[in-house]
Amino acid sequence: AIFASVERVNAELFTLTYGAIVRQLLTDLEEVDEVNKQLDQMGYNIGIRLIDEFLAKSNVTRCVDFRETAEVIAKVGFKMFLGVTASVTNWDADGTCCSIVLEDNPLVDFVELPDTCQGLYYCNILSGVIRGALEMVSMKTEVTWLRDMLRGDDIFELQVKLLKQVPEEYPYKDDE
Amino acid sequence: MGREVSESCVESLLIEMVSSYCNRFYADKPELAARRIEAIGYQVGHQLSERYTMERPRFIDHLEAIKFICKDFWSEIFKKQIDNLKTNHRGTFVLQDNRFRWLSRMSIESSPETTGSSQDGEDKAAQAMSMHLYFPCGIIRGALSNLGIPCAVSADISHLPACSFVIRIKA
Repeated sequence: AIFASVERVNAELFTLTYGAIVRQLLTDLEEVDEVNKQLDQMGYNIGIRLIDEFLAKSNVTRCVDFRETAEVIAKVGFKMFLGVTASVTNWDADGTCCSIVLEDNPLVDFVELPDTCQGLYYCNILSGVIRGALEMVSMKTEVTWLRDMLRGDDIFELQVKLLKQVPEEYPYKDDE
Repeated sequence: MGREVSESCVESLLIEMVSSYCNRFYADKPELAARRIEAIGYQVGHQLSERYTMERPRFIDHLEAIKFICKDFWSEIFKKQIDNLKTNHRGTFVLQDNRFRWLSRMSIESSPETTGSSQDGEDKAAQAMSMHLYFPCGIIRGALSNLGIPCAVSADISHLPACSFVIRIKA
């Protein structure tokens, strides 16, 4: 339902554009590690802006804890932007670290990595987006890839670890 | 119906790609940044036109290929056709989109920075916007090149929100 409510476009354009960007970055930056870093940075910059649209259009209410936040990212966030759903697993005991698992990922349609790209986290922009978006709602996180289908795994698995919850700086009130 | 993603995914990615190239990788070399952004567009256009023409007979002339860009190709990307096509019949074609989607949000985005002297601000906004045009220009050049038509493509935004793409086919 959430996906039906946003303006949608042909995914091929998105997938091929992302692929062309990664390819150009590999040419321009030369080092795979640097490409990983820049993809993460680009994602972060996107995330800090995308969160506004997410909050405006998703109608989700304030999450009570990190568990709920992770569920919302997986079920609502991925659906709203990429049209796919993810699931949340592997919670640690104190509820500050979990995995977001993705079986279907439009970023990697038609993608195959050549041997020269060993070490590339092709989808690193995604982890950046999550980190950036969460930072805007006062959660400092560390997001890392545990499994990657382009590296031969059967799924994509992103570990999201809550480092700290920053108290909100301004004494603003919620409108409602 | 093929797979879809939200339009904001594409827009965010393009805005961030342009800003990374202009402000981080080649901050002091705008012409290099422009060339890289165009190259990314070229790659995308090349691949898209490959996919969209798979089940079609070859185009018999340049005009037919250009019409394909105006109709089918544009519709796939922007869900609308080019509004006006002009040609001088000597290898130059002007494709006008009366409301070019990728600029509709851009004009709003660049305004907050126009705080300095207004002329300076306008120049900056115009420059930022022109950076965003290298990508669609590259897409058109890539698409036509895949159809065997080498050309140069530039954009004219003097009548916003309309945008005209000028294609000069190389003899």
